[in-house]
Amino acid sequence: MASETETTAGIEDGVRRRDFINIAAVSFAGVGAAAVVLPLVNQMNPSADVLALSSTEIDISAIQPGQAIKTSWRKQPVFVRNLTPVEIAEAKKVPLSELRDPQTIDERTKPGKENWLITLGVCTHLGCVPLGAAEGENRGDYGGYFCPCHGSHYDTAARIRKGPAPKNLAVPPYEFNSDTVVTIG
Amino acid sequence: MSFPWAKPYEPQHPLMKWMDEKLPIPRLVYNATGPGYPVPRNLNYFWNFGVLAGAALVIQIVTGIVLAMHYAANAGVAFNSVEHIMRDVNAGWFIRYAHMNGASMFFIVVYLHIFRGLYYGSYKAPREMVWLLGVVIFLLMMATAFMGYVLPWGQMSFWGAQVITGFFSAIPVVGDPIRVWLLGGFAPDNAALNRFFSLHYLLPFVIAGVIILHIWALHIPGSSNPTGIEVKDEQDTVPFHPYYTAKDGFGVGVFLLVFVALTFFSPNLLGHADNYIPANPLSTPAHIVPEWYFWPFYAILRAFTFNFLWIDAKLWGVIAMFAAIALLFFLPWLDSSPVKSSNYRPLNRIFFWLLVLDVFVLGWCGKSPAEQPYVFLSQFCAAYYFAHFLIILPIISRIERPLPMPNSITEAVLAKHADDKSAATA
Repeated sequence: MASETETTAGIEDGVRRRDFINIAAVSFAGVGAAAVVLPLVNQMNPSADVLALSSTEIDISAIQPGQAIKTSWRKQPVFVRNLTPVEIAEAKKVPLSELRDPQTIDERTKPGKENWLITLGVCTHLGCVPLGAAEGENRGDYGGYFCPCHGSHYDTAARIRKGPAPKNLAVPPYEFNSDTVVTIG
Repeated sequence: MSFPWAKPYEPQHPLMKWMDEKLPIPRLVYNATGPGYPVPRNLNYFWNFGVLAGAALVIQIVTGIVLAMHYAANAGVAFNSVEHIMRDVNAGWFIRYAHMNGASMFFIVVYLHIFRGLYYGSYKAPREMVWLLGVVIFLLMMATAFMGYVLPWGQMSFWGAQVITGFFSAIPVVGDPIRVWLLGGFAPDNAALNRFFSLHYLLPFVIAGVIILHIWALHIPGSSNPTGIEVKDEQDTVPFHPYYTAKDGFGVGVFLLVFVALTFFSPNLLGHADNYIPANPLSTPAHIVPEWYFWPFYAILRAFTFNFLWIDAKLWGVIAMFAAIALLFFLPWLDSSPVKSSNYRPLNRIFFWLLVLDVFVLGWCGKSPAEQPYVFLSQFCAAYYFAHFLIILPIISRIERPLPMPNSITEAVLAKHADDKSAATA
């Protein structure tokens, strides 16, 4: 039959010219589709203006020992807390083996400034703002922060002690510009 | 797609004949919901809820499209644009309250539809695909409802978005980048609000598409019925129209009465007062709760308060919550009893009602704060929920002795009729 000789014509190594054309055409279309998907997926990532908000300067001179303030960095709440010597001692007293996410208070503060505990105010469970930064709020069983959403308790170094949260409150990147001004981000 | 005795479509009018040759939509309607679709003669009112869910979807789409004409999806003005709808737009308050309560009504009828399926074994062969598509619709509904709830940009909207997108951060390693990608930022903000609005507008039409597949898959074997016995011959069925169009029409009337009563007399009954406070990223409400239709799943999420094996509590909670729904995909194969209807399954009937009770208690725990005794209670009920599907159901479907069954739908109907008669004469 004419069509049969046509389709089998040109076979030398078991691959027809048409097979090659099919694979090449479909592969090229696949590459094109992938190239289009990339911007469609990437547009979901934070835009330039969102990323531009990534550093904040705070004046901490007015925060007395035992007090804390709430501020905001990248649209997320940040807690700046001036720890009392008693709170620091309490945090140091806890053996690391008792902690879910073992970290010392020195690892969570800057050397010589260990009374300044700066953390994100974002519970590491599902992202609520824990209580305890403002005057008179519930500080939980360990005197640090308490998340009312699902009952996570943090200690005076903002380390997770009880409840569903897996991690300590995150410490954002920050620098002391002077004794009273901190730049976060 | 139907039984051999189904009435054939025979257009008489020349216009209808012309239409039938070019685009046979009238034929499709006639064969799907008209006299051309034979349905078991013994369906009870629980078989109304599919149509009611469809009616609820239509109400949501109509009110939603109107709301989108007045709403502004921008974090700066979204809250005020909803207040503008409530106070300034003509009849805006009515349309928004209808949309708000329409979502609740949609979930009420869908939950009844699901439990109807569980009791009468509608998920069993030959209707597994109908059930699987139904679970897909349920998942899409939950995604749509969640994103819709974020749009008014009140406190519950914002913190709901924060908590629910937080589920994704539980995934090891890639969790946080995924969450940032979903939100388009580090916390819910304008980017998140805009994309949620876009998807909230899209998903109902996806749901409508999957509903078409759901009905298509249903119409291949035809509807199930309260006896669970398959249709054997013509006397077991009646044409969909006028018999079930009338019965469904009555059901839609009752549904609308409940719906307007809720909308007009207590439109905020199922909402949260906190959502009338504008979103504040620096302060979480003292008690965040999702909408009532998520309570049982929220309770399962919160039931995990301890790490075990090598997985932390947070990831366990998220896995368990998704597994509670994913489990439903396996239901047709977990229950191996050949008898469909729990009317003839004495053991399954008991455990069905225990499951209903379990889900209600979970719902109550999900609504309550994360403290004792609710934590313990939700742990117990979450464990029972999984045990029901993974242990109890496979076991009882093997050991249970079903009650004697009638030979056909007609026999069941006539026997019931005879019982009623003898009861009346006695």
